[in-house]
Amino acid sequence: MPPSSAPTTRRLYRRRDGRLVAGVASGLSEHLGIDVVLLRAGFVATILLGGFGVVLYAAFWVVVPQAAEDPETPSTHGSRSQLIGFAALGIGMLALAQLIGFGPGLLWPAAAAVTGAAILWRQADDSQRVRWRSGAVRGTRLITGAPRAHTLLRICLGLLLVTIGLGSFLATHEAVHQARRATLPVLIVVLGLVLVVGPWMLQTFQQLSAERTARIREHERVELAGQVHDSMLQTLTLIQRRADNPDEVLRLVRRSERELRGWLYTAAASQESLRAAILAVSAEVEDEYPVTVDVVMVGESAVTPAVEALVQAVREAVLNAAKHSGDPKLSVYVEASGEEIAVFVRDRGKGFSLDAVAEDRYGVRESVVARMRRHGGDAEIRTAAGSGTEVRLTLPKVPANDS
Amino acid sequence: MTSPQPRTRVVLVDDHSLVRAGVRAELSSRLDIVGEAEDVSDAITCILRTTPDVVLLDVHLPGGTGDVVIRAVHATAPETRFLALSVSDAEDDVIRVIRAGARGYVTKTIGGDELADAIDRVSAGDAVFSPRLAGFVLDAFTGGTPPEPERESDLDVLTPREREVLRMIARGYTYRETAAELFVSIKTVETHVSSVLRKLQLSNRRELTRWASERRLLP
Repeated sequence: MPPSSAPTTRRLYRRRDGRLVAGVASGLSEHLGIDVVLLRAGFVATILLGGFGVVLYAAFWVVVPQAAEDPETPSTHGSRSQLIGFAALGIGMLALAQLIGFGPGLLWPAAAAVTGAAILWRQADDSQRVRWRSGAVRGTRLITGAPRAHTLLRICLGLLLVTIGLGSFLATHEAVHQARRATLPVLIVVLGLVLVVGPWMLQTFQQLSAERTARIREHERVELAGQVHDSMLQTLTLIQRRADNPDEVLRLVRRSERELRGWLYTAAASQESLRAAILAVSAEVEDEYPVTVDVVMVGESAVTPAVEALVQAVREAVLNAAKHSGDPKLSVYVEASGEEIAVFVRDRGKGFSLDAVAEDRYGVRESVVARMRRHGGDAEIRTAAGSGTEVRLTLPKVPANDS
Repeated sequence: MTSPQPRTRVVLVDDHSLVRAGVRAELSSRLDIVGEAEDVSDAITCILRTTPDVVLLDVHLPGGTGDVVIRAVHATAPETRFLALSVSDAEDDVIRVIRAGARGYVTKTIGGDELADAIDRVSAGDAVFSPRLAGFVLDAFTGGTPPEPERESDLDVLTPREREVLRMIARGYTYRETAAELFVSIKTVETHVSSVLRKLQLSNRRELTRWASERRLLP
């Protein structure tokens, strides 16, 4: 066995030993599992189609790499007499083709079709080929009901005989000279291709899409595993080192819980979306203060400068709630509809009196309200001492040019 | 004095023993934990044997997901009530388990008292809506494509009142606070929420049915 054939993927190589001319047929026979003589007969037979067999063989010669040299198996030539036999047959075919007058007109479509099939075959891996073969077997068995190699031989010989017979019959009738040129070769080629390639093509498309899904899934799995391991390891190391500081540990734990939850369970928010911005802002606050920010979002929006200002205002509101309310649980509700974006930041902490202007509370009213108004929105603060606070931010959406 | 209410009988279904131990510790003063189970088949046998009032059910279990348990139990014991308790707050997990028949969904970050309240509420026949679940519902019913006019039924659309109630819950208001805000009774709020739950379970809106066939890309 040539050294190039690995047990798992049988790539197509031109064999060095047992070759008649360039090892194309023997390589193909090794690769496909078809008897080499049949393949050679096939190449010679297709010469009939305007010298197509020669072109096909030449194409393989150019495209298919030669097997690596194996010192143990000397590169020998196959039986000399076989070569002579096929050469004679080839010349005969060429002469016959000339006689019948099958021009090279159908050479290119046929060449394209076979090249396409060959490329698909190349891209496939072993299990796919097994599937295709069984599909082709099933397909041909439907028509012929016989094992594969014999089936192919029968089909080829049958087509050949039909071709020769019809050709010689029509050659004697001058009148149909033109019609024959167009319809007969096309019909034969199409029929042949459909018989052989049809089942393969159908299965191919199914296999390709199944393959793609499987590949994406695998990729995601690997990526996630990498991220998770890396990040969790880092966090656990940090926790070990700061074990004496419970607040710090709690912060680290909360942060990694949030990250892990984000990877595992949340659809990735695109970087430029309102959702991502709000989540980032709440993550910031959660990192700095011992609070949990519960974010509920309905709808989605792109980020315009006005929306950015809204997000900053949200950040201010959440920060203030974290700093002053005394409530460890804050909720942020975002509703983005076609007409406006509304955000409600709520806490059930101690609240404050709107009339009293506390030094630090000044920031909330002025920066939040003023900022929102500057961008065409509004802010409303509902609070009273002892009953929590709710900050309501609204931003009407200017109809944009894009969707 | 009125005679003490019989304590609610609860079965815990979760594949993490630490979680079960924690929940048991927090709840045993208020409720009776009559059974525990670790995977789908154990859960079904345990529930059918002990006939609890409420089942605390994790969404992800060895051998399947929570909705399998719900359907299997409801086939023989439809009066069993399920409250989903999970780490995940992914939309499709939540909606899938609610559509299978759960009457509420809470995440494991919930406190012990809140959890006991939630169990009591489910046991009484009401629904437990976390702010996030309310958000999902609003998203599913107001976003996306409206159902085709010929096939649209009452189940596919939320009434304005229901939408208002959901918005309040999504904003973090309790039922009591919602009732005060909308000037209605708590019972009215509970009725609206139950109606929304029913629509969530029965509606044929595309946003809700697609999770029946789709699987997440991650394992």
